[in-house]
Amino acid sequence: MSTLTPAAPRNTGSARSGSATALNGGRPPRRGKTRMDPTRNNTAAGLAAWLLALLFAAPVVWMILTSFHSETDAATNPPSIAANLTLDAYREFFGETSGVSPWPALINSATASILSTVLVLVLAIPAAYALSIRPVKKWTDVMFFFLSTKMMPVVAAILPLYLFARTVGALDNIWFLILMYTSMNLPIAVWMMRSFLAEVPVEMLEAAQIDGANLLLTLRKIIAPVAMPGIAATALICFIFSWNELLLARVLTGVVAGTAPVFLTGFVSGQGLFLAKVCAAAVVISLPVLFAGFAAQDKLVQGLSLGAVK
Amino acid sequence: MTTATARISRSGRSAATPSKSAKSRERALAWARRAPLLPALIFLIVVTQLPFVVTLIISFLNWNSLSPDKTAFAGLENYVTVLTDPDLRQAIFTTILLTVSVVLVSLLVGLGLALLLDKKFVGRGLARTLLIAPFLVVPVAAALIWKHALLNPTYGLINGILTWVWSLFGSAAAPQLDLLSQAPMMAVIVSLVWQWTPFMMLILLAGLQSRPMDTVEAAQMDGATPWAIFRHLTLPHLRQYLELGGLLGAIYIVQNFDAVFTLTAGGLGTANLPYAIYQTFYFANEYGLASAAGVVVVIGTIIVATFALRTVFSLFKKEAAR
Repeated sequence: MSTLTPAAPRNTGSARSGSATALNGGRPPRRGKTRMDPTRNNTAAGLAAWLLALLFAAPVVWMILTSFHSETDAATNPPSIAANLTLDAYREFFGETSGVSPWPALINSATASILSTVLVLVLAIPAAYALSIRPVKKWTDVMFFFLSTKMMPVVAAILPLYLFARTVGALDNIWFLILMYTSMNLPIAVWMMRSFLAEVPVEMLEAAQIDGANLLLTLRKIIAPVAMPGIAATALICFIFSWNELLLARVLTGVVAGTAPVFLTGFVSGQGLFLAKVCAAAVVISLPVLFAGFAAQDKLVQGLSLGAVK
Repeated sequence: MTTATARISRSGRSAATPSKSAKSRERALAWARRAPLLPALIFLIVVTQLPFVVTLIISFLNWNSLSPDKTAFAGLENYVTVLTDPDLRQAIFTTILLTVSVVLVSLLVGLGLALLLDKKFVGRGLARTLLIAPFLVVPVAAALIWKHALLNPTYGLINGILTWVWSLFGSAAAPQLDLLSQAPMMAVIVSLVWQWTPFMMLILLAGLQSRPMDTVEAAQMDGATPWAIFRHLTLPHLRQYLELGGLLGAIYIVQNFDAVFTLTAGGLGTANLPYAIYQTFYFANEYGLASAAGVVVVIGTIIVATFALRTVFSLFKKEAAR
């Protein structure tokens, strides 16, 4: 808790620094009661933050480093950090000796994630429109219905879904998985999209209406520019959740439609050295999520908190 | 566009609440408003609510797919089994322990990190990016990395570092950890805390940055200690963000399957309810029992969700009332 003690005046982020200066204008300079040097406090906070950041990132860094090591270098104690770098583990992961290619699983994951995200947007954007810009009556109730479906654990519905898929022959079918991922992400997307669409200035919508602009023109000229970053962030977050999903994929797919996480769980044979190969697999499978996550970084909080936090 | 913006009306956000004129309009117009909503609503009801109703029905049946001729109405028998079977009771306990410990620890660590990141220092953006990284590793991959690259007793990084540090002092007898077999629950908790702390940190950081600065500065001017400011200004403001993070985290972690499945395969008392249900229907083919356990999870989630909805609602009401 020592990090809480510094008496440093708040260094606000760039967004707020303007108002902070304005508030301070004309007043006597701030005095910390303990007369500590504010810059030193921030250095201490910075050091602590950096230390923790490195600690949290260490497993990721180690995963990447090990993936470029040979199997013998990867399995040493103490670790051989400066070992020679090689692409062997990646070659192994892509099935050079085993002949088992991860590509079908990766393509299945991409198909399921991208198509379910498209479906989610097609359903969520009109719904969010009817919940924000031209809201239906009792729209808050509808919002909470959407949210409540997200709170129902997947395990509570998975058996009927499995039995249904088995009966109609949809087991191990990527399209069934796409529908499942769509329902999994739809409530999140509706909440996110509503919060983004609520930022569209109503005055402009009214003005456009008075001018006789039709719906399409309004959508294109007024709503789209404001909503586009939000749609992009929603899409990226839905993509991440679908890409990461294991339980549904594990139960509903098999050899044909198996996704990358399913492939990964069956990947460790337990025979021989496989550490570098596991790391390479983890890196390859996490790359799309890392890219999507960093691309959505600015809107990540708003998305993950379902639009409750800006 | 230019004429449109030039004639901006000053009527404010009247569209956010149904106005009086909406009442007088025809019913068709109301349906026109509802129309964009219906596809999403119907899809979700069909895909999530119907299956749950079926789960509810199956939970009252004695149904094992290996002996289908014995399928019969079972009344509350399955529920009695869920609450009395030692394995399933253990699973309920494990779920609670896992959820509570992961949420609390990641909230506390996340709060510490958010407070640090709220200050200005060199490379703050990069440090923030590094801290988000654990959340952006595919959960299965993260669990595999923890199991093999970090916690493996012979060549994992953690024992490797212990050996290396001890050898610096000329000792060959470094203590070696074997969390996976000696404290498997701890291994699951640690890996989940690692993944979920960034989530908490992001929400709390957003909360900190929305803090009204004038009161803090006024308090500083009045000579309030940093602790007093934290205790009486920052913490009350952060409360709803702490609740939001905790409850959203709880909803996700109650459902966790990946870490338990990958790290320990549910062994040594780490099987939580989702894993136990998966086992019950997928391998033991006890459909009735699995469904009853599923219903128990839903009841538990509803209890948590009641609080979650209240928190989300308090943030949401503010926004809706703009």
